[in-house]
Amino acid sequence: MPSPGQLPAFFLSPRLAVASRAVAAIAGGYALAAVFVALFALLLPVLFSMERSAAVMAATMASFALHALAVITAFATRTAARAWLWLLLPTLTMAALLFWLQRGTGA
Amino acid sequence: MKEGFRQSMAWLHTWSGLLVGWVLLAIFVTGTASYFRSEITLWMQPELQAARTVGSDGGDVVALAQQKLQAQAPQARTWFIEPPDGRDPSLQIAWRAAGKKGAFERETLDAASGDTLQARDTRGGEFFYRFHFQLSLPPLWGRWIVGICAMSMLVAIISGVITHRRIFKDFFTFRPKKGQRSWLDAHNASGVLALPFHLMITYTGLVTLMYLYQPWGITTAYQGDRETYFNEVAEKSTPTEASGRPAALTPLSPLVAQALKSWEGGRIGRITVDYPNDANATVRIARHDGDRISTHGDEIIFNGITGQEISRSTEAGGAKLLHGTFYGLHIARFAEPLLRWLFFLAGLTGCAMVATGLLLWSVARTAQLRKSAQPGIGLRLVNQLNIAAVAGLPLAIAVFFWANRLLPFDLPERADFEVKLFFVAWLLVPFYAGLRSPQQAWKEVTGAAAALLFLLPLLNALTTDTHLGVTLLAGQWARASFDLVLLALGGVLGFTAWKLGHWQPVARQKPVVPKEAAAGSNAAAAGNSMETTVLQEEAL
Repeated sequence: MPSPGQLPAFFLSPRLAVASRAVAAIAGGYALAAVFVALFALLLPVLFSMERSAAVMAATMASFALHALAVITAFATRTAARAWLWLLLPTLTMAALLFWLQRGTGA
Repeated sequence: MKEGFRQSMAWLHTWSGLLVGWVLLAIFVTGTASYFRSEITLWMQPELQAARTVGSDGGDVVALAQQKLQAQAPQARTWFIEPPDGRDPSLQIAWRAAGKKGAFERETLDAASGDTLQARDTRGGEFFYRFHFQLSLPPLWGRWIVGICAMSMLVAIISGVITHRRIFKDFFTFRPKKGQRSWLDAHNASGVLALPFHLMITYTGLVTLMYLYQPWGITTAYQGDRETYFNEVAEKSTPTEASGRPAALTPLSPLVAQALKSWEGGRIGRITVDYPNDANATVRIARHDGDRISTHGDEIIFNGITGQEISRSTEAGGAKLLHGTFYGLHIARFAEPLLRWLFFLAGLTGCAMVATGLLLWSVARTAQLRKSAQPGIGLRLVNQLNIAAVAGLPLAIAVFFWANRLLPFDLPERADFEVKLFFVAWLLVPFYAGLRSPQQAWKEVTGAAAALLFLLPLLNALTTDTHLGVTLLAGQWARASFDLVLLALGGVLGFTAWKLGHWQPVARQKPVVPKEAAAGSNAAAAGNSMETTVLQEEAL
């Protein structure tokens, strides 16, 4: 990583960092919750032999807690970049798993 | 890093609360009113009086409804019948016309005669109920905005709890006449007092509309086929379209009697008839949602031609029970009078929490102004919006009730007119506030709202014969309580207006010096202001 001195001053503006965290919290948090619901609606029946409809319900109900947690995380990390990292990592991991699952079922 | 975290959370609490606070207050106020949706409608239709005394024997009422629907809409896709209950004395019928997007029509009947009810045209409590989750906007827009506000509220609750380390001590702390401190104490007390309620009502509110906000489970697990999903949830395996062969519908009353017998003391909630007068007709009888907390389950399905029972829902468990319980807790239809009043009080506490939170923002910034400095555009805007939301909303609601009593009975589109007057009154408040100083505007708008609310029972006595003098003596508690609550709310607002008239801004004892807030790389803390510092002091 380049040291802060090498970055243009624009990227160090606190306002920009707050805006960046806000986007991470709102859009990134929503994406995280959405991918979670999409994935666990498929996974729960496999993992816990739940009914298909119950799995959709359980995953959807839990999603708002996850989104709230994501918002807290986005504003709790030391830097805005870390906030994005913390949100994107699980989102992309789950998205990859979802992609693989859906190919696997031939859907 | 620990203090940095608390500071970030204080900042997050301030902004997630403020940005949606005005809409949130309207959602809280109308939601709190919706606990008494039926009672508000009853008050707004004094003509409903006669029907109330009729003893409603479930079966006969259903036969009346069936006759009426057979005459009005024999070719409908679906009929709905809601018999009267202890809270709503009328008989509701509704039907959806055949076709993909068949029109939905509803009629309110006199439960004794089956005639269309001759009551004044009004939205009644339904107005508050609809506004609560779609803000009188096009449904999708309204529901998304409400969802965003609810999500912000959830974040504000969590970050608020993190900010207040001394949460139990705060609960017992009130320092009156200390300006900003008093507002902070009031905000803390109303927030902490009913914290489980606030958390429950916010989360369950999101759950009531969760398939709109997060439809992605249905997208992957059901390839987006919502109908199949909802049929599976309802355990419905009945015909999904009309056969096209006409057949005579079985009388509904015996089916109702059968359902009542198997529920042993339960009540009928709603009767749904799919494809009436078709060979595929099915009748679904659902138990009254006031009988238990969870809104899932207890439905019996009959063949609409033979009257044979086809299936009944099994006892829900797991996710379905949890979902039904969340839903049921939010709408609180199960709550018998005492519990309903507690929910109402908790709702009012929520209104107080949101209102004091909004005020705290501007009080903190007003106190921060140097002597004789003019408030900036941001502070002026927040002040105006605060007056519109906190004082203007009660005023608009009072105008809505006044319109209900004063508009002529036969006015065309009378119900819409009531709603229009509500919005006109509300929208005028911020403009009026712009013409006056904040202190004058607060006092005058609050005073006007107080006077209008307090005088409503008097207006009621002058325009109807269902006023306190009658209802108290006859023990008609639903109507009497409405007038009494108006007197109480008017009294509280009147006292507030009187206090505002004597109000002197309290000078701060010591200037707030931002601590090491701006230091370090914590961008959130760097962008913050004295609000954080005030909350910080409180937390330390």
